[in-house]
Amino acid sequence: MKTDELITMLASGAEAAEPHAFERRFTIALGWGAFGTTLLMAIMLGVRPDIAEAARLPMFWMKLAFPAALLAGALLATVRLSRPGVRLGRVPAALAAPVLAMWLLAVVVLLSAAPVERAQLIYGDTWASCPFNVAMLSAPVFVALLWAMKGLAPTRLALAGAAAGLLAGAVGALVYTLHCPEMESPFLAVWYLLGMLIPAAVGAMLGPRLLRW
Amino acid sequence: MSASEDRLRDLLVRGLAGDTATYHAFLKELSAHLRAFLRGRLSRLPNEVEDLVQETLLAVHNQRHTYDAAQPLTAWIHAIARYKLIDLLRRRAGRDALNDPLDDDLDVFAASDTEADDARRDLAKLLERLPDRQRLPIIHMKLHGMSVVEAARITGMSESAVKVGVHRGLKALAVMMRGER
Repeated sequence: MKTDELITMLASGAEAAEPHAFERRFTIALGWGAFGTTLLMAIMLGVRPDIAEAARLPMFWMKLAFPAALLAGALLATVRLSRPGVRLGRVPAALAAPVLAMWLLAVVVLLSAAPVERAQLIYGDTWASCPFNVAMLSAPVFVALLWAMKGLAPTRLALAGAAAGLLAGAVGALVYTLHCPEMESPFLAVWYLLGMLIPAAVGAMLGPRLLRW
Repeated sequence: MSASEDRLRDLLVRGLAGDTATYHAFLKELSAHLRAFLRGRLSRLPNEVEDLVQETLLAVHNQRHTYDAAQPLTAWIHAIARYKLIDLLRRRAGRDALNDPLDDDLDVFAASDTEADDARRDLAKLLERLPDRQRLPIIHMKLHGMSVVEAARITGMSESAVKVGVHRGLKALAVMMRGER
């Protein structure tokens, strides 16, 4: 088939492209993904029993704000990396800011605590299960996002996979705050971040294989 | 923004709104730009240029919903063309490494011109390998210029199945083009 014939074939009967098909794909993926994550949390972990009291403490909202800020940055990165030729711009800085802020807060808390208390501030009671739970909760969003990106056109596949993984991890962490009993910033600065980075690393590895088009 | 980019962008935006004659003009003009772009970057593989032009055109068509009208068209097109170019070079590197694992001289590309010539793909043949539910809608609608309604009547498929068949068939064609080399 000659190129001119291909062009005629492609153009003939080409219907109007659906407006907002791009945005709709992400809305569907995030909607179903977040639903799956919430369901998984409710079935496997359950909401912490003292959530009403915890919600009165500022630290509870800090704990929510940390993954929420990363979620916003990762969403921006995922969306931009799904369109050919769109630059990331200041998105890396937007992702670094909440991490640095949380680390700074953690350092302040650690320095002002008595040396014997510091280990407890970092490890809490659930350090061994926290990153694993966050990564597990991210799975439904991760799968949904890979589906969404597969129908778009990422050109930097490892980076695109990592952004999708980080976004999924942030949703997982956000939902996990409803279960997690830890309330100290050093704990969040280490284990929440690690939990979100696990799916990001998996995404970076899977992206080049799964997102080709 | 250059005048020709401005013009092309206008053609594409109107084409995306469903104006097929304008969309045809867009693809036609784009193919000339792509050919020049790829020829400049594939000087060692001149026989691959036209195949890659076709592959890139199909990618542009299949991925056209990722174009944001606020975005420079050059950036979008070049990112797609570059992606397809790198994909081709990776595939070739993998295959050539397999055929001749001892030779890591890049000139091996230039020497395989005739081979590439023989392997030049025929899209019509690839089309024949699609399942009926994708092949028939593409043949009736895209090659014979029938409407969705006519294609649905002739194939006995529902109108939405015809549309889905065209869409999935063109995507499958892109996958086959990648694996066909």
